[in-house]
Amino acid sequence: MTRPRLGAPTAPGPVRTLLRSGRRVAELLATPLVPEDYLDLLDPLRSGADLRGRIVEIRPETADAVTVVIRPGRGWLGHVPGQYIRVGIDIDGVRHWRAYSLTHRADGSPAAGIPKDCIAITTKAIPDGKVSTHLVREARAGTLVMLDQATGDFTIPSPAPAKVLFLTAGSGVTPVIGMLRNHLGELADVAQVHCSPTAGDVIFARELEAYAASGRLALSVNLDDEHGVLDLARLDLLVPDWRERETWTCGPTGLLDAAERHWADAGVADRLHTERFRPTVVEPGEGGEITFLTSDVTVDADGSTPILDAGEEAGVLMPSGCRMGICFGCVVTMRQGAVRDLRTGDITLVEPGDELPVQTCVNAVAGSCDIEL
Amino acid sequence: MTLAPERRAISPTEAHHSGAQHASSKPSGINPRLSVTSDTVRPPRPAYKKSGRPNADAHLTPEDIEAIGVELDALRKEVMDSRGARDAAYIRKVIATQRYLEMGSRALLLFSGVKVKGVRPAWWLGTAGLSVAKILENMEIGHNVMHGQWDWMRDPKIHSTAWEWDNASPSSQWKHSHNEIHHTFTNVLGRDNDLGYGILRVDEDQKWNLFFLFQPIWHVGNALLFEYSIAAYDLELGRYVATKKRMSEDEKAKFRSDAKEVVDKIKRQATKDYVVHPVLSAATGSSRTTLTANVVANLVRNVWTNTVIICGHFPPGIATFEKTSIEGETRGEWYVRQMLGSGNISGSKAMHVMTGNLSHQRIRDLMERYDLPYVTGSLGKQAASVYWKVVELSLPNKVEGRRRRDIVRLAAKKAWRKKSLGRF
Repeated sequence: MTRPRLGAPTAPGPVRTLLRSGRRVAELLATPLVPEDYLDLLDPLRSGADLRGRIVEIRPETADAVTVVIRPGRGWLGHVPGQYIRVGIDIDGVRHWRAYSLTHRADGSPAAGIPKDCIAITTKAIPDGKVSTHLVREARAGTLVMLDQATGDFTIPSPAPAKVLFLTAGSGVTPVIGMLRNHLGELADVAQVHCSPTAGDVIFARELEAYAASGRLALSVNLDDEHGVLDLARLDLLVPDWRERETWTCGPTGLLDAAERHWADAGVADRLHTERFRPTVVEPGEGGEITFLTSDVTVDADGSTPILDAGEEAGVLMPSGCRMGICFGCVVTMRQGAVRDLRTGDITLVEPGDELPVQTCVNAVAGSCDIEL
Repeated sequence: MTLAPERRAISPTEAHHSGAQHASSKPSGINPRLSVTSDTVRPPRPAYKKSGRPNADAHLTPEDIEAIGVELDALRKEVMDSRGARDAAYIRKVIATQRYLEMGSRALLLFSGVKVKGVRPAWWLGTAGLSVAKILENMEIGHNVMHGQWDWMRDPKIHSTAWEWDNASPSSQWKHSHNEIHHTFTNVLGRDNDLGYGILRVDEDQKWNLFFLFQPIWHVGNALLFEYSIAAYDLELGRYVATKKRMSEDEKAKFRSDAKEVVDKIKRQATKDYVVHPVLSAATGSSRTTLTANVVANLVRNVWTNTVIICGHFPPGIATFEKTSIEGETRGEWYVRQMLGSGNISGSKAMHVMTGNLSHQRIRDLMERYDLPYVTGSLGKQAASVYWKVVELSLPNKVEGRRRRDIVRLAAKKAWRKKSLGRF
């Protein structure tokens, strides 16, 4: 449901002029803030606001996985099954952004207990996973979260291919359950191979089994603790015609790398679609490579040189100030990587997809980092 | 670096985003202020300053200063580590309260001209509320947010790089002059322009001239028009007027673009307070009273912020430092200078919120242990002492063998001669 924003150029002639001048007066009244700052106090979910959502329910799926049901603001534009959204949630007062696949029905109708006009993400608590652990163990209904519109090309094209294979592991099942809930009726021949440590860890186990029991999904579950980690050579037994199937795979990096090799070896690499949640894992170290994205400059710096000095040395036009960490005149956005605070030795990690303003004058690269400059 | 684009080497001052003309704070090599220890032996503090007054930190050994640095780093870390959801909820609550208070007060002021039994209740309530809202915005919210105190929340709306405050000075220029110049060179004579704002003599070690004879007038004027003097000061208007002839075209262009930014901001602020709100109040015949309410609220905010700031900077007992004393300064020495160069205000919790929480108990304990003077007192007492100091220092320092009125007379004569000479 999207309604035109106040003052947006969709309204006809005189109304439009009136709305425009109304907005102009509101801006004059609100300066140095903007009218939105006041409207956000009254209704943070109104249309035209930065996209936010309110958690309405957190539903356990397994011992360490939950589905988070969110009522998005009125600016929500909908999604294509298989896509993901970025969710920004405040943990101990600090905002963290992560990407999660959407698992609800795209047409807004209720399904699998998710109410109408709500969206759902499903997450599994992973060790050291700050946000996933928070969502599974701490988060409560009623919390306001920041959202981005849905994005991603891990989707089923239209018309749908005749034969489909889903190869999933762990929480990699989440974009696929979204596709199944939305598209199962349109897909003639669907097979799925899902890997999980134990039977109790299979997210959406009952729903998948129900699809299988009704004959609409040829499901094989590989339990790593019982059967050992899936050897892709076994695909010939599980899904003999896998080479002919349009395949979507999502799971840990190990599985995805193995699948890409396996499909390439079989000469059908173009049939494989992969979704990587964590494209690179940031490993903190001492010194490393600093990439200035806009300037297109990469430099190597040691662990005691502030990013500011390294950048200036390389000819990047760095904003700067007091050079001792008090004035925040040098703050720039770090897209991903790790930096060490030279005053305290503390490491700050920024995962891909997250971003963080950093003070370049008191931080040195710790491993690698990408700077928006 | 082969990967760097072809570009002529940039000097530190050019790399500086605020332009070549501002005092650069870049030290050579690795910044010594990043560390509490120093590779070189730090020179001892002289016992006395030029004015003959004792140096407050002369008794500290380098080991003391290093220990203070370590202790304050630990305190800093403790504060950083303890930040959490409660603090985030606090600042969001203050911001929401301030916005509701401002909206409510402004709504009341739409009826500011309506008389009930001879008084205008909406005017009084609305003006009081708007004054408090403006003070809250400037002190507890604006100052601290622009300082980066809330950047850790990673909320792009409550962030030093995004905040624009309800004041004539654009936040970008204020951040430069306050965070960078003032806090880097706190109370260093000749480097920290905050020391008397270039119009007041607030320390015996500042040179006297005839201009300061009338400083009680400058001081009161400054307090009443504080938001505009901050804007002029952040813009470095005085320096531009004084050195315009020697400035390069680049420097002049930089000044012009900064000046445009200030004028645009002042225009927007004035349009809001002195045009749009009064016009909206016309429906109840309250235009004139809403205009006066906005003028009064801005005056109250100006005088209040000025009072708080002079109490934080100029009461008797606050130390000043000489330029040479900060060369190669370590983090510990910088901490000591910050502590000796700031005053505190004692009072209730509400007082601390309205003054932006500028006082610190833990620091007091530390300073007492190291026998450093912790300057504090009630707002009234501190403000009175500053006003008295402004009067006192409008005259030159007492020098043995010369009467002060002779010094003043001589200066006046010199100035007069110069003026007459200039005329012919």
